[in-house]
Amino acid sequence: MSAIAMSVPAGRRTGWRKLIGFNMLTGILLGIGGWYLGHFIGDHITGAGLAYYSAEAGENDIAIFLGYFLGVVGFLIGLGFANYPLKRLLGHPPALAEHESEAEGLFRYFTLNTDHKVVAKQYMVGIGLFFFVAGLNAMLIRTELLQPNVHVFGANQYLTLVGMHGAMMMGTMTSGLLGPFAQFVVPPMIGSRRMAFPRIESFTFWLLMAGEVILLTTIFFGGFQTGWTGYQPLGAQGTAGYDAYIGFFALVGLSMCLFGLNLVVTITAMRGRGMTWSRLPIFVWAAYATAWLMLLAAPMLIAALLMGAMDRTVQTAFYIPGQGGSAYLFQNLFWVFGHPEVYILALPGMGIVLELMPVFARKPLWGYRLAVAGMLGISFLSWFVWQHHLFVSGIDADLRPFYMLSTELISLPTGFIFLCAMGTLWRGRIRFTVPMLFCLAWMFNFLWGGISGVFVSDVPSDVTTHGSFFVMAHFHYTIMGGLVFAFFAAIYYWVPKMYGYNLNERLGKIHFWSLFIFFNSTFAPLFALGFLGMPRRVVTYNPAWQGLNDWVSISAYCIGLSMLVFLFNVVWSLLIKREPAPVNPWNSKSSEWTLPTPVPVQDFDRMPVFDADPYPYGVDPVPAGGPAYAPAGGTA
Amino acid sequence: MEGTRHWRNVVVLWLIASLIMTPIVIFVFGPGLPPGNGSVEASGQVTDNTVLLATATPVALAVLVYLAYVCWAFRERTPEVILDGPAIRGNSSVQFWWLVVTTTLVLFLAGYGTVRLLADGAGGGQGPNPIAVPSAPGGGKPLVVQVIAQQWQFNYRFPGYGGVETNGIELPENTLVQFNVTSLDVIHSFWAYELGVKADANPGVNNVAYVTTKGPLLFHVRCAELCGVWHGYMFNQGLVVPKTQFAAWIARQEQLYAPATKTLPPYSKTYFPQPLRRGG
Repeated sequence: MSAIAMSVPAGRRTGWRKLIGFNMLTGILLGIGGWYLGHFIGDHITGAGLAYYSAEAGENDIAIFLGYFLGVVGFLIGLGFANYPLKRLLGHPPALAEHESEAEGLFRYFTLNTDHKVVAKQYMVGIGLFFFVAGLNAMLIRTELLQPNVHVFGANQYLTLVGMHGAMMMGTMTSGLLGPFAQFVVPPMIGSRRMAFPRIESFTFWLLMAGEVILLTTIFFGGFQTGWTGYQPLGAQGTAGYDAYIGFFALVGLSMCLFGLNLVVTITAMRGRGMTWSRLPIFVWAAYATAWLMLLAAPMLIAALLMGAMDRTVQTAFYIPGQGGSAYLFQNLFWVFGHPEVYILALPGMGIVLELMPVFARKPLWGYRLAVAGMLGISFLSWFVWQHHLFVSGIDADLRPFYMLSTELISLPTGFIFLCAMGTLWRGRIRFTVPMLFCLAWMFNFLWGGISGVFVSDVPSDVTTHGSFFVMAHFHYTIMGGLVFAFFAAIYYWVPKMYGYNLNERLGKIHFWSLFIFFNSTFAPLFALGFLGMPRRVVTYNPAWQGLNDWVSISAYCIGLSMLVFLFNVVWSLLIKREPAPVNPWNSKSSEWTLPTPVPVQDFDRMPVFDADPYPYGVDPVPAGGPAYAPAGGTA
Repeated sequence: MEGTRHWRNVVVLWLIASLIMTPIVIFVFGPGLPPGNGSVEASGQVTDNTVLLATATPVALAVLVYLAYVCWAFRERTPEVILDGPAIRGNSSVQFWWLVVTTTLVLFLAGYGTVRLLADGAGGGQGPNPIAVPSAPGGGKPLVVQVIAQQWQFNYRFPGYGGVETNGIELPENTLVQFNVTSLDVIHSFWAYELGVKADANPGVNNVAYVTTKGPLLFHVRCAELCGVWHGYMFNQGLVVPKTQFAAWIARQEQLYAPATKTLPPYSKTYFPQPLRRGG
């Protein structure tokens, strides 16, 4: 890394004058300006040929899309994303760093920042915020389902809540594990000081936030009735609220794609001395397998949504049957993205579980190569299964045995992950810390997710379960029981390094046990409801099912309470009763724990050299608690 | 050796648990699995669900018993001292046999599912050119019922009975029924739960599903694909009745809807979808 990369401009503004310049405030102001400008242009360029659609709908989708587009552009310019390209055009020398000086304090978090640790914390807070909003939507959905008939929200509001919950969770949590944790630990784990493209790193974050805000604007435009899958031609019918869905998911797709690119290049090209492929920590392998999926799947989503946007604005008919379009086209394109997408959600969780288990079982990862094969196998196979979402749709009925086989084959690499986790525990010295409890719960939950997956992957059985609450329970077991539990494992594990303070363990255990119990109490009965015949996304249901639904709703509120315990723990441990974390509180032998706490801007004083596999438990003569290999200067 | 003793314990506990749970799953849970015995296809699905659950039970128990055992047997007993476990990095014979067992299970399940699917279509929608057509009881042709979905109701059209279109549905018992499912606007899904039938209703597509009815039955029809605001209200009920009763019912419908039938478009596999209107 050259010297120019490290230069940090001096002479920053102080006090309120910091607000003037390129930051989130400027971004929001320019974003609002961009929205009005786009809307203005859209209202004036709409020709007479489009008047039919606009007048009938009482809305002008062109103006809305242009508003979103210019709003996002304005937001990004306000944050400072145009500065560097313009400077380069004007002949300035290349530079890597922006706003990395620690002297800027909290201000760093509200602007374009190229420090991977700052972006990781931005992701943490941003994702936490929208995870919370989407979780509240789930509470509201369950409130409506307390009674078999419409009683709190109207049908339209209810479906909007369902769609926002699904879309926001899916869109946010695609970066939920890699955003905060891969950004933070992958560079030190592979012996790099930064990601390959630091500005793209920041760009993906702010793009995601812009997308989330666009999704929230759907409530001003009548919401959308399609759920997170946004099926056409239902979407073409939707009011302007569906434009928000398209804008949101397209931005998420772009963010995801660039994030994947950044990770692939970082892991391929930025590995330090001695960090061979066979020495990569397993979490890095998981990030790598996921990154390829993000890079290659997201463009499919963007294309599918773009065609939907054209149907709604310039009167194409890609998805409109009767005018030459096909409803199957969207289903195909969406699920070609959508099935890799669910592994984008699941794979990082597997990586975290396998990364943490050696630390708390005090043993090397069992079957490292098998685990890598499992992750790459899942990543590869996930491209060949998408039509299992369309088993009863009537499309390509002859291919159903193939998709049944390919889907069930995915349980082989998933089984590898389980075997490696189980092998790591064997004859270990297991410490039931909060992160370890979450990892063990991941195994329990994901097991049921996998077992129920066998039912939905089998065509004769899927005839009953497709489109029912059974499917809903199945993917909540894999995503909430898998991803979210791994998310919390990672939070409790890495927060001491990220923020410099330990999270309270007693509160953590209360949070864990309440979440584990009420998660299962919420989602296990949904299998039964699906078996009884309750379809997904209904605002009304057979009164005979009210008992089970009420049980589920009350359990869901208890999940909410459990999350409040977590929030309280965060506020208490990180803001009120701070207990500075030691350099290596878990006695981990992974290289990110050799960094001092708080981690300095440049991470390493001296770049580490790797000469062994990342899990030297039970073999090294290094005293317990000491650094595993190649300490980073004297500060550790 | 200590490892061998633990192995033996895990295997014995797993065997005991599996020997207890698998028969319970097959004989106690199995008959209660959906969608019941309302039709030949529905009974077939109950069998499939039972086979899947019975296969999954020992697998799930293996993981659960193992997890519970290791959490108890290998817990850190002296947490105040940091000690490492043995540096075991893998075991090629365990990995090999795991691969053999899981591959066998997966191929068995995929093969079984394929055989069952191709036998009679399992009640699922097979698109316009069905490949798995069950034979009618006593030979002959199936009763064709067209299911026309639109926002937000199902209508039924009987091409064998003058193309009459009805709001309700009754079917004769012990008969092979061919559902031709289509839609006039967006994607719906025709789900006759007790009959074990599910077929998406796509605009411009004829999606065919077969079911062989058994005795008299009341079945529920629900839409299983989100189709707009009133998706949750898109349900009704149907009846499987004796053949004579069905003949009487359909004759009454023909008479009742005769004026309407004249104004209907001629029977077709699909109908030109209506222009989409906003605000759905």
